[in-house]
Amino acid sequence: MSLELVFDYLVSPAFFHGAMLTLLITATSLLFGIIVGLVVALLQESRFRFLQGSTLVYLWLFRGTPVLFQIIFIYNVLPTFGIRLSAFVSAVIALSLNEGAYMAEIIRSGLQAVKKGQRTAGLALGMTRAAVMRYIVIPQAARIILPPIGNQMIGMLKTSALVSVVAVEELLLVANQTASSNFRYFEALTAAGIYYLALTTLFMVFQYFLERSLDPKRARRSQKSVPLLDRLTLITQQTESR
Amino acid sequence: MTTSVQPPLLELMGVHKSFGHYAVLKACSLDVKSRETVVIIGPSGSGKSTLLRCVNLLEPPDSGNIFFDGADITSDLRNATEIRRHIGMVFQNFELFQHLSAVENIMLAPMKVSGISRADAHDIATDLLRKVHIPEKADFFPDELSGGQQQRIAIARALAMKPKLMLYDEPTSALDPEMIREVLDVMAELSSEGMTSIVVTHEMGFAKRAADQIVFMENGEVIENASSEEFFGGTVNERARRFLDQILH
Ligand SMILES: Nc1ncnc2c1ncn2[C@@H]1O[C@H](COP(=O)(O)OP(=O)(O)O)[C@@H](O)[C@H]1O
Ligand SMILES: [Mg+2]
Repeated sequence: MSLELVFDYLVSPAFFHGAMLTLLITATSLLFGIIVGLVVALLQESRFRFLQGSTLVYLWLFRGTPVLFQIIFIYNVLPTFGIRLSAFVSAVIALSLNEGAYMAEIIRSGLQAVKKGQRTAGLALGMTRAAVMRYIVIPQAARIILPPIGNQMIGMLKTSALVSVVAVEELLLVANQTASSNFRYFEALTAAGIYYLALTTLFMVFQYFLERSLDPKRARRSQKSVPLLDRLTLITQQTESR
Repeated sequence: MTTSVQPPLLELMGVHKSFGHYAVLKACSLDVKSRETVVIIGPSGSGKSTLLRCVNLLEPPDSGNIFFDGADITSDLRNATEIRRHIGMVFQNFELFQHLSAVENIMLAPMKVSGISRADAHDIATDLLRKVHIPEKADFFPDELSGGQQQRIAIARALAMKPKLMLYDEPTSALDPEMIREVLDVMAELSSEGMTSIVVTHEMGFAKRAADQIVFMENGEVIENASSEEFFGGTVNERARRFLDQILH
């Protein structure tokens, strides 16, 4: 084994590019996943049976099949219907739709955790249903759902490795290809592992600051706030692997 | 108080409301004149909350009419949001917005409903905090306040919209005894300043002090509707008398 080679891989354009692609896939899929999840959660709250029914079918399909299946399906089956997408776009669509199904559940439980009386109070002040949602329900739900969404973020980073199956040059595929050309698996995978850990850490720090920015009392309680390192260990313990 | 012939600020005429097959309000009628305070009493489940919720159309009545400020507000329910701007409501459980500080709770509706600037809303809120006697709690969050303080903030929040009518649904029922007084005092002050109010409460001391009219409800019906003098003078309906005996012992 050679630490020098690990270092060479770390700074090589191929690995760096792979890591950036992993980050891009993860961030894009998360963003669309949250949007899909929010839309689905709001549709589930709607009074129209048809919309409620459609969301149930969507949740059933995307929670009932493996992500790997969904990635392969979108990349390989859609072209037979004339929809031709690049591997990257197929991967992001599959991951977003899959993520959306889980996000919907998280967001819905967050919205429901805000008691009915809070909405009534908003309506009684003359606010519209939309304003009540925006200024009363969603801000309170956001604080409730942030920890589980943080878990999803880190989960997505790891799930993104699955898109190597449709030959997107993300981190794990780069590492695997590099290793299979010279059989230096230890060095290539160590380099990839270091990148994954760096990205996970980045996400945890991001989550920490997001949670802090959503805490309305932070201004007066800044002295009492828990140190970053303690928070990170806490988040790590909460995060379950997928 | 004027005794002119001007129409009542609020007039309920034969309001019916059912949930499924269960009739909660049966032909309820009630007049509330401007600057008047009406106290509603009655056993639990008699429909008092539902009656209040019909007034600001949180529950649309099934039939009957509600006239508010000269207009039939039941004729077009799409106006409900607009109507509610002019009717303040105070709840048993305060329902302060948990993610906002006291002053922000008061500022929210003026800013988001009336489109008032943040600075002006802050001025309104500061005045109201003084009015409910807790200017020093402006930056506290609901979970850092006592029940009595929370309820006074909730009253200030409703007043921030400059309502023509205030509805209080058992505002002191969730409070520890030592905090009831501070809330009732604020309400009585508002009433004496001419804030038109409907108050569901069993605090007969408050009724004696602030009410112009006392309404007794039972099984979804307005059984008794008497002026304060008549009511406390002893000419009370038999069923109302029995109910009073129960809550006073
Ligand atoms: N949304 C609702 N759905 C079904 N029943 C309700 C609803 N709201 C109130 N009720 C029923 O209506 C009756 C009167 O309730 P309420 O107006 O809250 O009485 P009160 O405030 O006098 O205790 C009760 O029996 C209650 O169970
Ligand atoms: Mg009630």
